[in-house]
Amino acid sequence: MANKILVFIEQRNGKIKKSSLEALKAASDIAQKLSGSVEAVSIGNEIENLENVGGFGAGKVTHFKNADLESYSPSAYTDIIAKYSTENNINLFFFAASSMGKDLAPRVAVKTDSGLAMDCILLNCESNEIIATRPIYGGKALADVKINSSNKIFVLRPNVFNPGTPTDKKAEVSVVNVDSPNLSVKVVDIKKSDGKIDVAEADIIVSGGRGMKGPEHFRLVEDLAQVLGAASGASRAVVDAGWRPHSEQVGQTGKTVSPNLYVALGISGAIQHLAGMRSSKYIVAINKDKDAPIFQVADYGIAGDLFEIVPALIEEIKKIKS
Amino acid sequence: MKIVVCVSHVPDTAAKINIGSDGKTLDPIGVTFIVNPYDEFAVEEALKTKEKFGGETVAISLGGNANKETLRKVLAMGIDNAVLLKDDSYRDSFSVAKALAEEIKAQNAELVFFGKQSVDFDNSVVGQLTAEILGYNCISVVVSFSLEGNKITCEREIEGGKEIVETTLPALITAQKGLNDPRYASLKGIMTAKKKEIVEKQLAAANNSVEIISMKKPAPKQAGKILGTDSTAVPELVRLLREEAKVI
Repeated sequence: MANKILVFIEQRNGKIKKSSLEALKAASDIAQKLSGSVEAVSIGNEIENLENVGGFGAGKVTHFKNADLESYSPSAYTDIIAKYSTENNINLFFFAASSMGKDLAPRVAVKTDSGLAMDCILLNCESNEIIATRPIYGGKALADVKINSSNKIFVLRPNVFNPGTPTDKKAEVSVVNVDSPNLSVKVVDIKKSDGKIDVAEADIIVSGGRGMKGPEHFRLVEDLAQVLGAASGASRAVVDAGWRPHSEQVGQTGKTVSPNLYVALGISGAIQHLAGMRSSKYIVAINKDKDAPIFQVADYGIAGDLFEIVPALIEEIKKIKS
Repeated sequence: MKIVVCVSHVPDTAAKINIGSDGKTLDPIGVTFIVNPYDEFAVEEALKTKEKFGGETVAISLGGNANKETLRKVLAMGIDNAVLLKDDSYRDSFSVAKALAEEIKAQNAELVFFGKQSVDFDNSVVGQLTAEILGYNCISVVVSFSLEGNKITCEREIEGGKEIVETTLPALITAQKGLNDPRYASLKGIMTAKKKEIVEKQLAAANNSVEIISMKKPAPKQAGKILGTDSTAVPELVRLLREEAKVI
């Protein structure tokens, strides 16, 4: 039986999220291996350049439109996707494991009676079946899972699947106006944290730990983050001490991250922290204790006084960037 | 108001994880188990809500006899009653949610709190699944909660900010760190909890759709180079990041 794959394209402020394109490209690769067709669905008011999803493998995209759906409504989004997929015999769903995707996918799973594999970091096809690899125990172990129900949902961790270079194909866009959506749960406002990049979405993260010696010294973390275009992160110890907000915490009870570059300043490397950042592509550690566990996962380290080293690092990076 | 809080019993975040000899389960030897950290925020919010509006709090946990330890801990924090849904075997998120939904329905709860995820399988879906099965309104990853009459307003953490979300009872909320500061159990609470009955209900075998084929530890990372002990190593670090890693 040919698979019918639906990919949810998330928009925020009318702009398509990169993590959705990663999921779309991964779904298109699966469709080639398993014989299937890929289409996309997006929900919102005005959405920019929706036809460009064609470049990542979607033949068509359905835009469910209503001014009240510009911001997220779990109830309305769930109903729309469930109804569309039932009418169109969708059997495979792909979402990005963004905060919206993680909230929405399980709701769609109940309505469509689908098994769920969350936060996948690798997808393989073996004898016409998809085997998903997903981190468990905060990244201390990996599980290979298989979904045995006929409908299946795969939710892919952002920043892991490469969306590749898009082709110049355009998707056929059909706009469906939604009348009186189910707004029983509704986002009424969004508070943005002043233009900062979120650790969960960043390509580069600079994190500080107890070695920063006090909240006032996190200026140094932020300055390095700024010259690198990075997000600021923090260890659990400094979040628990109230030096930094929880939204910055990296590790098992914070965010699990996989940036291209992770710079750990004054972080010794507790097991729950390492679990949350060890899948970063490159890790730099600056810590005065040369025996700190962080050096066991770091690609490059400097075992010295960060208050002397980091200002020099900021200057050196400014030099090459100018 | 009847308030239910669902709690899971998980390996300590400080624990080393080893895979059992079957290659697809956790080897529990030497692993300390704790109340799932996010569930403590859920318990605290349930207690605060009861203190404000009155009612009864019930904790539900699904698992083996060992989960009683977690139930005793939340009883000691002040939860009124506890139910253990007994099943020692592997259940996927969906079959966990189905069993919890059935019990929540039997409890006739108007408001339900979960932790946003269990730090064992890390799916972060059981709350939303349970709500959807029950037909309850659900807000996940909540960092602030308020209830006035029938109306709920929450802040929900998202990338780079917070969503303000509104809904009405009956509802299910999943708690994120930052929602509150969970209280410690008092000595009196601990003594009372010891005497309380934990209601046990044996579950029928699960009908899982997600199968674990294997578990493994991530490939060990090769320790890299220590480039120096002071700022004289900085130019070499920057060179490697540009030329070898190509990340800046």
